[in-house]
Amino acid sequence: MNLSVRVWRQSGPDDKGRMVTYDVKDISPDASFLEMLDVLNEKLILDGDDPVAFDHDCREGICGMCGMMINGVAHGPERATTTCQLHMRHFADGDVIDVEPWRASAFPVIKDLVVDRSAFDRIIQAGGYITAPTGTAPDAHATPVPKADADAAFEAATCIGCGACVAACPNGSSMLFTAAKVAHLGLLPQGQPERDGRVLDMIDAQDEAGFGGCTNMGECTTVCPKGIPLNLIGRLNTDYRKAARTPH
Amino acid sequence: MSDLWKLGDDIADTAAPDGPVETRWERRQFSAKLVNPANRRKLTVIVVGTGLAGGSAAATLAEAGYRVRSYCYQDSPRRAHSIAAQGGINAAKNYRNDGDSVYRLFYDTVKGGDFRARESNVYRLAQVSVNIIDQCVAQGVPFAREYGGLLDNRSFGGTQVSRTFYARGQTGQQLLLGAYQAMERQIAAGAIEMHARHEMLELIVVDGRARGIVVRDLVTGEITCDFADAVVLASGGYGNVFFLSTNAKGCNVTASWRAHRKGALFANPCYTQIHPTCIPESGTHQSKLTLMSESLRNDGRVWVPQRADDKRAPGDIPEDERDYYLERIYPSFGNLVPRDIASRAAKNVCDEGRGVGPGGLGVYLDFADAIARLGRPAVAAKYGNLFEMYQRITGEDPYEVPMRIYPAVHYTMGGLWVDYDLQSTVPGLFVIGEANFSDHGANRLGASALMQGLADGYFVLPNTISNYLASGPFEPLSADHEAVVAARTAVEDRLSRLLAVDGDRTVDSFHRELGHIMWEYCGMERTEEGLTKAIGLIRGLRDEFWSRVKVPGTGEQLNQNLEKAGRVADFFELAELMCIDALHRRESAGGHFRAESQADDGEALRHDDEFGYVAAWEHGETPTLHKENLEFEYVHPSTRSYK
Repeated sequence: MNLSVRVWRQSGPDDKGRMVTYDVKDISPDASFLEMLDVLNEKLILDGDDPVAFDHDCREGICGMCGMMINGVAHGPERATTTCQLHMRHFADGDVIDVEPWRASAFPVIKDLVVDRSAFDRIIQAGGYITAPTGTAPDAHATPVPKADADAAFEAATCIGCGACVAACPNGSSMLFTAAKVAHLGLLPQGQPERDGRVLDMIDAQDEAGFGGCTNMGECTTVCPKGIPLNLIGRLNTDYRKAARTPH
Repeated sequence: MSDLWKLGDDIADTAAPDGPVETRWERRQFSAKLVNPANRRKLTVIVVGTGLAGGSAAATLAEAGYRVRSYCYQDSPRRAHSIAAQGGINAAKNYRNDGDSVYRLFYDTVKGGDFRARESNVYRLAQVSVNIIDQCVAQGVPFAREYGGLLDNRSFGGTQVSRTFYARGQTGQQLLLGAYQAMERQIAAGAIEMHARHEMLELIVVDGRARGIVVRDLVTGEITCDFADAVVLASGGYGNVFFLSTNAKGCNVTASWRAHRKGALFANPCYTQIHPTCIPESGTHQSKLTLMSESLRNDGRVWVPQRADDKRAPGDIPEDERDYYLERIYPSFGNLVPRDIASRAAKNVCDEGRGVGPGGLGVYLDFADAIARLGRPAVAAKYGNLFEMYQRITGEDPYEVPMRIYPAVHYTMGGLWVDYDLQSTVPGLFVIGEANFSDHGANRLGASALMQGLADGYFVLPNTISNYLASGPFEPLSADHEAVVAARTAVEDRLSRLLAVDGDRTVDSFHRELGHIMWEYCGMERTEEGLTKAIGLIRGLRDEFWSRVKVPGTGEQLNQNLEKAGRVADFFELAELMCIDALHRRESAGGHFRAESQADDGEALRHDDEFGYVAAWEHGETPTLHKENLEFEYVHPSTRSYK
């Protein structure tokens, strides 16, 4: 297939940036979206141009490193799919494709499609863990966990921290990311002792990092490559209200 | 011996205690010197890499009170490639009452490694495996559970018990998030200083001790030196030397290779694991290969048509014209034979012209029987996400059409040589996880990589490194120390050289070509003739690389091609050593199959008398071989049979 891609080019954080159009030719429908960009970059290098910078690593949809707005949609048109797992068979010959970085004030652009997502790490630092220093822990079977809770905790824990939820949200909110971690740990018996403090501290951290507030638009869950459900945000709000009312 | 390598002295001491294997670890822990809690905060440890080994080590050392500085090339420590492990983690819990024990896990691992691993290390691994599961559950890792609320298990290749704990098809991500969250807690506490988007480009050795690293900030390009009392490499394996592998695109050997050039021996580089169940290549655009978890072989049946060049669709081939070759050749293990055996069997049937799919490079993995027996919902519950992933990549629905799979490079058993304390031959340089050579011998069993990474990071290293750190803190270093200036200058010169070539070929084009050479001659089957040819080809291509590579941009910016160029330059050097190692080992063992050394039935033939050792290579113009002779006091070497 032959395509035109219009790519956001920005040399650094202080550059204003602009869209640049490139033609890419002879792309296999079996190629992934990132492999299509590889082909473009090989050509740019040989032409003496600056290749397009983009984050990627595992290329199998689990590390959460890749992510870009494709025709205005985080990770592109396929549901429950990361950019690296999006294949060109979902596009048609002659298509014009817009490619832009995640857009959110808490994720400043570093170069081209590469953004700084370290704010997510800071949210986890605020309380996205169970305090269990390495040592002789109780036997793994000492505390049975009802299967429904374990499964629900797992579903929430499948979040890969890619940031698509933030990029898709008109408010630039990280609520789905935070809610997923709060639910994962809050559904398990091991997560109960720190449950109240965790939700309060993580919400403070996300506010401090400059993420917007949640107004239940639901764009986040629509683009989430792991399908993290919107009701986890309701669960977070319930946990938050309860924790905020409890004297600590 | 040949003009390609020299023979040096044997390795005399592995620091492993002798006596009963059951108490060796306990005795080593007791004999190791301790550092009292008040003194730990005066000691700094650098940890390179944040996967299961590096993440768990950094968190645990920080919890113990050491000052830790951690580095990774990704934008967050949570993204290290351990995250992609699908199937599970082994532990000798015997929750299933099926005869499992620490001894059996030890036995299976030594046998599975084709008797090329160190017994003391493997026994310790089996012992601490049970603590890992307890630790992870305490951290909130959401393992799969049964209706009674207890943990579920599944079986995995190379064993006859169910000892594998799992979290759907993403055990790696869940275990890594456990370690990552423990790290983030320590970062918040100020005990770990985290440097994401940084890459180690050189080891600093002062007075014979590892004292620091030279790193490049991948965003600004700034080169800095960091000093410590000990350096821990947890930088993963080198499967990307093949270009196409199941590794993440950024995985590289640079940290290990730079340490090797500074004196750390590199052990068994030729032991590479080719995983049998990966999605076949689809074209020249291919940038990586995707693994389908080995757990699929629990319920999927592997087959090819009986006739060569049978072009019928799989559904049109009647049952009696199919060859379920693993079940036929290996009736007692069937589809669950170890990875090296399954991969070579797939290669053999494809070589016979019975492969399926484009180019005849594939075999079927068929779930029709499992769906008929268990029902589609049960199959979906176990493997749903893997089926979706397959469909996303290939456009085919595995509920309706059998999957096509083919072997791909997945894991490297070789790595920097370490003693029982996980210390390399450079004092103060410790190596953990896939980056070291220990524990898996010539072939790793499924679900054992996660076990080893976490064993090293949570339980082994934190207990052995104190023995070394007890002699610290070492003299403070300054940036103008001769050794520091030399290391830094070497890094800067190398980057300048890469940028200065300004040739007419891209880094990827060289990497791809190197990968072809390695897959062809140092892949699933190796011969003297092929390896000799490969060494010539690699040298020629390496020279061409340094005269024709084109690296755009400058060193003072985010420059992903400059990063790649440095990694590929090191892969060239490693590739040659891998071929030399494969050439010198004139036997077949595990993932290393020499066509000249096979039994009448085509199975691998070891030569224990001649090659029952770890090959540890010293860097030099001509590499020098040091042998660590392996002794088997408990698991006596036998012909590995899964028939």
